[in-house]
Amino acid sequence: MAVTDTAPVTTADIELARRRQKKVNGVILLGLAVFVAVAFGATSEGNAVFRLTLPRDAISIPNLVVPAAPYAYIVAGLLAFFGIRQFMRGGGRSTNVFLGIGLLLVVTAFLTWATAGKSFSLTGMLESTMVRAVPIALGGLAGVLSERVAVVNIAIEGMLLAGAFAGALIGSVLGGFVGILGAVAIGGLFGFILAALVVTHRVDQIIAGVAINLFVLGLTSYVSSQVLTKYTWLNNAPVFRPIDIPLLSDLPVIGPVLFRQNLFVYGALIMVLVATYYLFHTRSGLRARAVGEHPEAADTLGIDVYRTRYINVTIAGMVAGFGGAWFTLGSVGRFDEGMTGGRGYIGLAAMIFGRWHPVGALMAALVFGFADSLQQKLAILHTPIPSEFLAMAPYIATIVLVAGLIGRARPPAADGQPYIKE
Amino acid sequence: MDIELRGITKRFGPVVANSDVNLTIRAGEILGLLGENGAGKTTLMNVLSGLYRPDEGEILIDGKPTRFEGAGDAIRAGIGMVHQHFMLVPVFTVAENVVLGVEPTGRLDHLDIATAREQVRAIGAEHGLVVDPDAIIEEVPVGVQQRVEIIKVLFRSADVLIFDEPTAVLTPQEVEDFFGIIRSLRDAGKALVFITHKLFEILEVADRISVLRGGKIVGEGDPKTATEAELAEMMVGRPVSFTVDKKPAVPRRPMIEVRNLKVMNDRHEVAVNDVSFAVRAGEVVGIAGVQGNGQTELVEALTGLRSAIAGSVVFHDEDITHASARHRHKLGMAHVPEDRQREGLIETFTLAENMVLDSYYDEPYSTGIRMHWPKVETEAARIITDFDVRTSSVFELADHLSGGNQQKLVVAREMSRDIQVLIASQPTRGVDVGSIEYIHKRIIAARDAEVGVLIVSTELDEIRALSDRVLVMYRGRVVAEFDAAAATVAELGLAMAGATA
Repeated sequence: MAVTDTAPVTTADIELARRRQKKVNGVILLGLAVFVAVAFGATSEGNAVFRLTLPRDAISIPNLVVPAAPYAYIVAGLLAFFGIRQFMRGGGRSTNVFLGIGLLLVVTAFLTWATAGKSFSLTGMLESTMVRAVPIALGGLAGVLSERVAVVNIAIEGMLLAGAFAGALIGSVLGGFVGILGAVAIGGLFGFILAALVVTHRVDQIIAGVAINLFVLGLTSYVSSQVLTKYTWLNNAPVFRPIDIPLLSDLPVIGPVLFRQNLFVYGALIMVLVATYYLFHTRSGLRARAVGEHPEAADTLGIDVYRTRYINVTIAGMVAGFGGAWFTLGSVGRFDEGMTGGRGYIGLAAMIFGRWHPVGALMAALVFGFADSLQQKLAILHTPIPSEFLAMAPYIATIVLVAGLIGRARPPAADGQPYIKE
Repeated sequence: MDIELRGITKRFGPVVANSDVNLTIRAGEILGLLGENGAGKTTLMNVLSGLYRPDEGEILIDGKPTRFEGAGDAIRAGIGMVHQHFMLVPVFTVAENVVLGVEPTGRLDHLDIATAREQVRAIGAEHGLVVDPDAIIEEVPVGVQQRVEIIKVLFRSADVLIFDEPTAVLTPQEVEDFFGIIRSLRDAGKALVFITHKLFEILEVADRISVLRGGKIVGEGDPKTATEAELAEMMVGRPVSFTVDKKPAVPRRPMIEVRNLKVMNDRHEVAVNDVSFAVRAGEVVGIAGVQGNGQTELVEALTGLRSAIAGSVVFHDEDITHASARHRHKLGMAHVPEDRQREGLIETFTLAENMVLDSYYDEPYSTGIRMHWPKVETEAARIITDFDVRTSSVFELADHLSGGNQQKLVVAREMSRDIQVLIASQPTRGVDVGSIEYIHKRIIAARDAEVGVLIVSTELDEIRALSDRVLVMYRGRVVAEFDAAAATVAELGLAMAGATA
C-alpha cells in the first residue's frame, strides 16, 4: 500500500475570504471617519443641548450639553481607530460588532451636528421611538410566528391595514376595547384565509399574500372614501391614553420611555415575551419549529403539519390585527386610506434582521422606530437636509440593515414551501 | 410482538405499488426484506408505519386486526421506522429530536428538556447507543445521526423496528457497528425489519429473507443456505452476473493530469488539498472515500463547475484549469454528475430535450436561433434504444422514469458522443441491480475504446469491480493508492477511515 504524505491542512487558504471582508469593513469605517470629520466636524459650532427631562417628570435631571465640533472630531478619531484596527487584526466575530458600533457613533455625531446651537429633547425622541416601533414589532412578530411554521407572510401589511380599519370602525361604535377585539378577530380571519390558501390549496405564498394586501387596500379605501366620509361618526374612535405604571414611571428617561405608554406598547412587549416563551420553551413551540424546519419529520412523528400551520398563521394574523389597531385606536382615532404606509413590509425586514426571533424582531423594530422618529424630530430642528430625504430614513435604514449588516441569517429550512402529504 | 400483513394492496393512481403482499414479522428475529429500487419495499413499510393506508388487506398485531389512521397510531402500537433519509430536524439538539411528538412537559406546556436529556442518556446506556443529548444534529456524523434515529424509535417504546436502507450512508466500519446494534436489539426481544438491496448485508445479518419484486412477494430465503446469486435472480427476475467481465487494462498516454490541485468548498474551507494524479487512456481510476471527503469538489473542479484556488488540470497538453465547462465538453470530456435529479437532468423536460442539454446549441440540433426538433427527437430515440432506457416515448417527462432509467438516460447522453475522458460520480447510486450491470458494462466498453475513465463512488464494491487503480480520498487528500486487483476491502476501509499503514 502506497501512502502519500499527510501534512496538515494549511489555515492560510481558509483566511483568504476573511481577509477580504476585513479590508472592506476597514475601508467603510475609514470612509465614515473622513465623512464625519468633514461633514459634521468642520461645519458645526456651539453646543448641542439634549434635554433629558420631560415637562411632567417628577425627578428632573440636568441637560446633556455636548460641544458639537469637538464631539464630531472625537467620533471621527474613534472611527479611524476602528478602521485601522480592522486592517491590522480584524476579522472573525468582532468585525460586525465594530461596524455596528461605528454606525451608532455616526448617528450620534449626526444628531449632535443637527442640534448644534439648539436644544433637543432626547427623552422625547426615545419615547416616540418606542411608540413608532410598536406596529413594526407586532408586524415582525406576526412574521416570526408564521415563518417559524414555514409560511411566508407577505400579507402582514394587509392584516395591519384590516386591523386599523376594523379598530376604527368598531371602536367608533362600540368603544375602544371592543374595537381591539374586532381588530384582532379580523386579523385572525385574514390569517386563517392565508393559511387556507397556502396550506390547503397550495397557492404560491407570495401571490396569496399580495392578493390579501391588494384586497384589503381596495376594500378599506373604498369604504372609507364612500361611507366613512359621509357618516363621520363611524370614523371617530376613542384613543387609548398612556397609563402610568406607579413608581417606575417616575424614573428619569426610562420612566417616560418604558412606563408611561399606552396599552399597545405594553401589549407589544408582553406579546414578544410570551411568543419567545412559546416558541423556545414549550412543547407546542418545539412542534411548531419542527414543522417549519422539517415538516416530513414532524409528520412521521404524528404531528399534524397542516393543523400546526393553520393555528400559528391564524395567531400571527391576530397579532398583526392588534398591531393594526395601534394606527387608529392607539394613535389618531380615525382611519385614513393606506395609513399603514408599508409598516408591514418593514416588519418583515425587522423579522429577518431579528433572525426569526421575537426579541430580535423587537430590537430591529426599535431601530426602525428610531429612524422614523428621528425623521420627525429633525424636521422640527430645521436641518439643511430636505424633509423628503428625511422621510426616507426608515426605508434607508431597512435597506442598509437587510442588505448590509445581517450577514448569514438562516430562515427556517422549509420556509415558503408547501407540504404535500402523501 | 408479532405482526402479520395479509393481502396488502396499495395503488397510486394507476400504479400498483404493492399487490396482495403477505408478510410476517416476529419478535426476536431480523427479517430481511430484499428488493430492487421501485419494487415497493418502502411503500410496504410506509403502510406498516401508518403513513399510507392500504387499499386492500389488513394488518394483524398479535392476531388482532388493526387499522392505522396516521403515523401516530402505528407509533402507539409499538411500530417504529428508521427512514432512509433521516427524519431529524438539523437545527435541533439530539434530545429535542428524540422527544419530538411525545415531549415530557411541566406546567404551562413547558418543555422539560432536563428530563428529556436524562431519558436519552438512559436509553443510550441500556442499548449501548452513546450520544451527547445536547449535540446539534447537523454537527454530528451520519453514524451518530442514525443512532439518534434508533433512540428516537426506542424512546417511543417500539417493539418493531423497521430500517429502510440503513447502510446506504455509512462507512464499512460504521456498518459493522450498526450490525452489532441491531443484533443486540434482536437479542433484547425486538422484532426487526431490515430493508435493503445489498445482498451480502442481508445474508450476514438477517434470520429470514423475503424478496419483493414488482410489488409482490416472489420468494423467501434462508440466509444459512441461500446464495447471493439465487437471491439476485429472485430480486431481478433473471440471472445476474456480479463480476464485471473485463480484460486487463492497457493504459496508454495520460488524458488528464491533475497537479497539486487545491479547491475550496461552499463554506470556504479547503476541500481538496494538494491532490495530484493522472488518468490514462484505456484505464479506469476509481476514487474511493466516505462521502464528504472532497470528492464532490474534486469532480466539480475537474469538470469546470468550481474554480480551483491552486494547482492545475491538464487535458492532453492543454491547461484547462480555468476553462469553461462548455470548452471542456467540446474537448471530449463527459460528466455523469452525482445527483442525477439536481444536476444531471431537468425533470420537467422531456427525454428528447434532456438528451440535448449539452449539445442543443450547435449543429446538427440547431442553426442560429432555430432548433431542429425532428433531428433531436430521432437522435434521442436512437440513443435511448441503444442504452436500454425503458420508456414508451421520447416525449415522456424525465420525472416519469424510475431512478435506474433516469441514470441510464444521463449515462446515455454523456457517452453517446465521441469522448476522450469520462468522469462519473456515483454512476449507479440508487440504481437497481439490472441497470448497474448494464452501466458497468458500458463503462468498461468505453475504457476498452481508449477512453480515460475516472469513477468516484462511495460503494466499495463498485470501485473494486470497475477500477484498474484505486485512489482513496480522506479529508481532501489522496491518502493511498492501490492496484485494484490486489486491494482488499479491509485495506481500503482502513484507508477510507484515515488510518495510514
